[in-house]
Order: sequence, then C-alpha cells, then structure tokens
Amino acid sequence: MSGYLSGTLAILCINLIFAYGIFVTAAAGQINLGGAGFQAIGAYATAWLVSQTGLPIWLIIPAATLATALVGFLISFPVLRTRGVYMVLATFAFGEVVTGFLLHSTVFGGAMGMVVPQHIELWVLTVSAVVVTIAAFYLMATRLGLAMRSVNDDEDAAIVMGVNVRLVQVVAFTVGGAFTGLSGALYALNFGFVEAQYFNSLLSIYVLLFVLIGGAQTAWGPLAGSLFFTLLPELFRIGGSWRFFVFGVLIVLMMTVRPEGIVTREMVRRLSPRRWWPYRTREVYHGG
Amino acid sequence: MNTALGLMKSRTTLSAPAVAVVVVIALIVLAIATGGQVIARQTVSGLLLGAIYMTVAVAFTLTIGVLNFLNFTIPTLFMLTGMVAWAVLSRGYLSFAGGWAWFVALLIGVAVTVAASLLVERFTFRYLRMRHGDATEHAIPLVSSLGFLLIFENLVLIPLGSDSQRFAVPFKADVHIGGIVIGVAQLASCVLAVLVVAALSFILKSTKIGRALRTIAENPDTASLLGVDVGRVVPIVFILTGLLSGVAGALFTVNYGDVSPFMGDNVGTKAIAAMVLGGIGSIWGAIAGGLVVGLAETLSIHYFGGDSVSMTVWGLVLLIIVLRPKGLFGGASIGKGKM
Repeated sequence: MSGYLSGTLAILCINLIFAYGIFVTAAAGQINLGGAGFQAIGAYATAWLVSQTGLPIWLIIPAATLATALVGFLISFPVLRTRGVYMVLATFAFGEVVTGFLLHSTVFGGAMGMVVPQHIELWVLTVSAVVVTIAAFYLMATRLGLAMRSVNDDEDAAIVMGVNVRLVQVVAFTVGGAFTGLSGALYALNFGFVEAQYFNSLLSIYVLLFVLIGGAQTAWGPLAGSLFFTLLPELFRIGGSWRFFVFGVLIVLMMTVRPEGIVTREMVRRLSPRRWWPYRTREVYHGG
Repeated sequence: MNTALGLMKSRTTLSAPAVAVVVVIALIVLAIATGGQVIARQTVSGLLLGAIYMTVAVAFTLTIGVLNFLNFTIPTLFMLTGMVAWAVLSRGYLSFAGGWAWFVALLIGVAVTVAASLLVERFTFRYLRMRHGDATEHAIPLVSSLGFLLIFENLVLIPLGSDSQRFAVPFKADVHIGGIVIGVAQLASCVLAVLVVAALSFILKSTKIGRALRTIAENPDTASLLGVDVGRVVPIVFILTGLLSGVAGALFTVNYGDVSPFMGDNVGTKAIAAMVLGGIGSIWGAIAGGLVVGLAETLSIHYFGGDSVSMTVWGLVLLIIVLRPKGLFGGASIGKGKM
C-alpha cells in the first residue's frame, strides 16, 4: 500500500473512533462540543506514559482509554446539571480549559508539544476502528441503546417509562470518553507527536459535524459521516480553504434539506432485510 | 414566569445587573482616583475593550434570549466587518471619498455583515420553520451556524490571505482628563457602544417590534397565535445581531488598527464569557459582564502577564454554567433550557 493511501486510512480510522465517541453521547441526547479536549487527554496520557514509564504499548493504549473514560465519567456529573445551549457551552468550555491547561503546563511540554517515541502499525488502527464500530452497533442494539434512544427522543417520557435517565447519560458520557480517549491514544502513537494547538475548538466542531451530518439516529451515521468527509476531499483533491468552504456549504445544505443526517433510522429500516431489526416503527424526527 | 430578557423585569425597580453596572463604574472611579496614572490608563483601555466585548455579548445574548440559538457566526460576522472594510479600502475603490474613505469602508463592512447575518437567517430559521415548525426547539440552527462559520472564514481566507493587515485611520487626536490621555477614537467608541446598546434596550422595551421579540422569546407558537408575524420578526433579530457584531468589529478596527481573519476568535471567546458571567439572556448582565471581563483582562495582563487569560476565562465560564447558570448578578435568564 502506498504511503498516501495508508496515511489516509490511518486518519480515517482515528476520525471514525473519535466520531463514535461523540456519537454515543449524541445518541443519548447530549451535544458534546468539547471532543477535542477528550481526545487531547487520551493523546497526552499516551505521550506521558510512553515517555515516563517503560510500559508496553498494549498496556498503554487501554490505560489512556480508561483514563479518558474516567474523565468523561467525572465531568458528566457537573455537565449533566446543564441542558441545551448551556450544555453546548459547558462542554465547549471544558475543551478549551483542557487545551489551555496543556498549553501552559511544563510537565506536558507546553506549546512545544511532546514527542511519542513509539509507533504502531496500521493494522492496530484498523482493528481498533472495526472493534469500536462493532461495539457501537452492539451498544445501540442492547436495552441500554434503546434507553439512550428514549432519552434522546423524549426525556420526560423516558422517566415515565422507568428509564434511569441520569444513569444512561453518565454511561453515555463515560463510554464516549473511552472511545474518544482511544482515538487520542492512537493519534499520538500514529503521528509520534502531540501538540496542544492541534486539539482546538475547530477540531471539536468538525467531529461533531461528522456525527450530525452522518446522522445521530443509528450507528451507521458516524461511519457515513467520517467516510464522507475524510474521503470526499481526498477524492476530489480539493485543497486548503476551499475544502472547508465546501464542507461548510454541504453542512448548511444538509441542514435545510435533510437535517436528520445522511443515514436515518427510516432509511436503515427500509434497506434492512432483517425482520428482527429493532427499529420497526415508522417515525418522524424529533430533534437532537 | 421567567421573563426572557432581563430588561423587562420592571420599570420601577432596578434589576440586579443594573446595580452591578453601577458598582463596576464606582470601582473604576475608585481605581482611577487611588491607583495613579498607570492603573488609570489600564482601566481606561480595559473599559474600551469592555465596550467591545459588551456589544458582542449583547448580540450573543439577544439570539439566545429570543431564539434559544447559540449563534456561532457572531465572531465571524465581527471579523467580516474589519476584513471587508480593509479589502475595499486597500483595493482603492474608495478614493472618491477622500479623507473619509476609512469611514465609508467601515460602513460598507457593517452593511455586508448585516447582509451576511440575514443570509444565516434564511438557512437557519426561514426554511426550517416551513419544514419543522418551531425552530427554537432544534439543534439544527446551531449546526447550520457552525457551517456558516466555516463558509465565512474561508471565503475571507481564500482571496485575502491569513495575514494580519494594517487598517490606517488618518486621525490621531487625544484628550486629557485629569492627566490621563484618552484617544478620541477610544472615547467615541465607548460612547457609540453604549448608544447602540441603549437603543437596543429602548427597542426591546418600548416599541411594537420589541414586544413582538419578547413574545417570541417566551414561545414562538403562542406568539404566532397572538398575531405576531414570526417570519417577519425573526429577521430583525438577525439584523440586530449583524449590526451589533458589525459595530463592534468597526470599533475594534478603528482602535487597534489591525484586522485579520482570526480577529473574531478571541473577542468571541471573551464575549461568551461576558454573557455567561452576566447571565445568559439578560442584556444588563451582558453589559456588566463585558465591562468586568474587559477590565479583568487588561488588569490581569498588567499584573500577571498575558499568558493564561484564555484558560482562566473558560475555566470561569465552565464553573459559572455548572454552579450558577443564571449568572453572577442574578438577573433573569431564558427559561427554555432545551435544544
């Protein structure tokens, strides 16, 4: 495989895992606009563990993932006190605080970033992406996934039906943190270098858009969104600013024409040959 | 019942944020009186910065208060004014205007910004209302505004480049008040910012349009039932948003003499912080918050160096949202809390 192709595939795998991290919280009705902060925690945890401890990589990746999951778990309690616009602002602020902290800390190299003197093969990335994708599909097919959907569609109704809304939301944030942290760990090990400036608010915005444009109703959405927005610009060889301009136009058009995202629940239901598919009822979009 | 905009509480009693504004001004007077020349100069430049933050924060708080919509295009609208003004000026299109070319350029900048803001309205609320009813219930406008952020920023970057540019204003006059040198441009900016916000307060409080806006803030469907033409009133929010961001951008350009495609990022950050500090949805809160953030910034740079301002500000925002979402001054804020 050529260097260009394997580079694109690596970015696609990282973006996909990142997108699933944001998707899990979005599926439970929470908009997380601080994704870059979570990814930065995973990446810096990896960088720190690699440079400070002699642990093997197969231990470091789970450790960084768990660390980010823990952060997701802890931060979910204050963040879940907020709703709507307030939650968007709270998660956004969280991302900025993490990046600002890393930028000014001496332990993590400050603005100079950190070198990660270890490397992983492409197959590790690919296998991780496949595992995370399957895990997300499985999660959405379980009772927990159903509970997440119910919280997203109507929180009050979910409470009435006996769903422990708070528990579902905390679990969503924790699992989302784990996926995002994993993507950060893989990013650090793939590129061999981390710097706080990379994990800026634009990154948080992009990954949220991957998910919402792909569609947050089913686990197909992040897959479609990441594929679409990682491969499409490469395919057409659009460079620099034009790429982001086209991206912006596509988002605005999508939101006017098909705000549910590329892949909707209804579409999956129609295309699915499986009669045991859990999403059987016909329904309309009720908003994120 | 929560009132949607803090101004509306009552005509007779002063709201808490209004008291906060008075306290802030009293503190400033005290600082100038006791702190000597350097502090006084810092305070004045902090106030100017605060006036700009205040104007942008009011734009944010207005769209959230009325439409429950966090408009991410506001920082780019701010930037658009400066960059468009610089572009038309530097290409020499305005040579007919002579010494007033810079002013005409800024007017064109503000006009383009208002037009851009109306474009955002078309694609966030206009079509949406036709298809999905009450758009203030959705996350869709937020996502669209993120798209417009990318569109505007890159539309500026493609022809004009990413460099910071010099925007020369030909006048350089100072006034001396008690030994402190204040630029005329600074003074005029503060006055203009205050006038714009005061005009907005008047519109909201005493005009028919203002009442329509307040009704929509409570509930768009009910407003529509009660005879408010929602489709015609919502664009007014966007015109005001564009005007506020544009005026702030023009003031910033005149006072600091620099424009760049990224000039809105920092101001947007501080304006959001100011809004949260004062309580989301409250105009007096945004005013008080803007002044406090501007002062805190210049004074903390003076005392501690400018390194960690951004992180401290966002940390503060996070704390306030989580612990005291109605803001520090206890003003009224929006009651919807949904998206």
